[in-house]
Amino acid sequence: MSTILIIFCVLSAITLSTAFLTIFSKNPIHSAIYLVICFFSIAGHYLLLNAQFLAVVHIIVYSGAIMILFLFTIMLMNLNEQREVYRPRITRLGAIVSFCLICLVLITIFINSKPIVGEYTSTGEDYQSIKVLGKILLNEYMVPFEFASILLLVAMIGTVLLSKKEKLEK
Amino acid sequence: MNNILNQIGIENYIFLSVILFCIGVFGVLYRRNAIIVFMSIEIMLNAVNLLFVAFSTYHQDAQGQVFVFFSMAVAAAEVAVGLAILVSIFRNLGSITIDNLKNLKG
Repeated sequence: MSTILIIFCVLSAITLSTAFLTIFSKNPIHSAIYLVICFFSIAGHYLLLNAQFLAVVHIIVYSGAIMILFLFTIMLMNLNEQREVYRPRITRLGAIVSFCLICLVLITIFINSKPIVGEYTSTGEDYQSIKVLGKILLNEYMVPFEFASILLLVAMIGTVLLSKKEKLEK
Repeated sequence: MNNILNQIGIENYIFLSVILFCIGVFGVLYRRNAIIVFMSIEIMLNAVNLLFVAFSTYHQDAQGQVFVFFSMAVAAAEVAVGLAILVSIFRNLGSITIDNLKNLKG
């Protein structure tokens, strides 16, 4: 086994186990912390695929901004594990069975699609450095890039409007 | 580092993303807490992003990574609005258990 394959296996194990722990831990704060570890290991996968820009953006956006937002919301609501009501057993059983079935179907599909995917050949040209990505983003994808900023502005206004307390009518 | 997929293989990334996506679906079905359901949706989005980056490396095309960049922007907006909705639900109902949201059932 090469070193890269070992790194990939360790990162995958961390990703999958923390994703499971996110779902199974009773305290929502623990879930959020496990999710941060999961996001960091996914950033490690991006680094392994040599996508440096995306790895940094992923850490900033997901592990930074989104998880801080989650943690603040959890603390604002003061959730603790005593308040959590669990689903009835039949629903949980159904969830587990459907999880196994979806896994089985998707993995079988992708195993059978292997001859279509084919072998990987490297041409050695530069296609994912920050320089190339910036050129593509600001030439071909200029309009969607600006629309993304409008989307974020609208989301910000909507958030303020939704979480503002309504005034009592006098 | 250009021959990374020669050593790992694209199918390993496909299997990793598939299992991660299924964990997300499982979380949505299994838990009642709306915040954990939200986190499961984030896990699903990340599984798809990971597959995008893997195939972008596979085809040696930067457009997949640009698409991941846009999907991150959309995810950030979605999380902000969704958490604001959760906060207002919590103010009105006093809990965020999704089984309490039955008002439209008639």
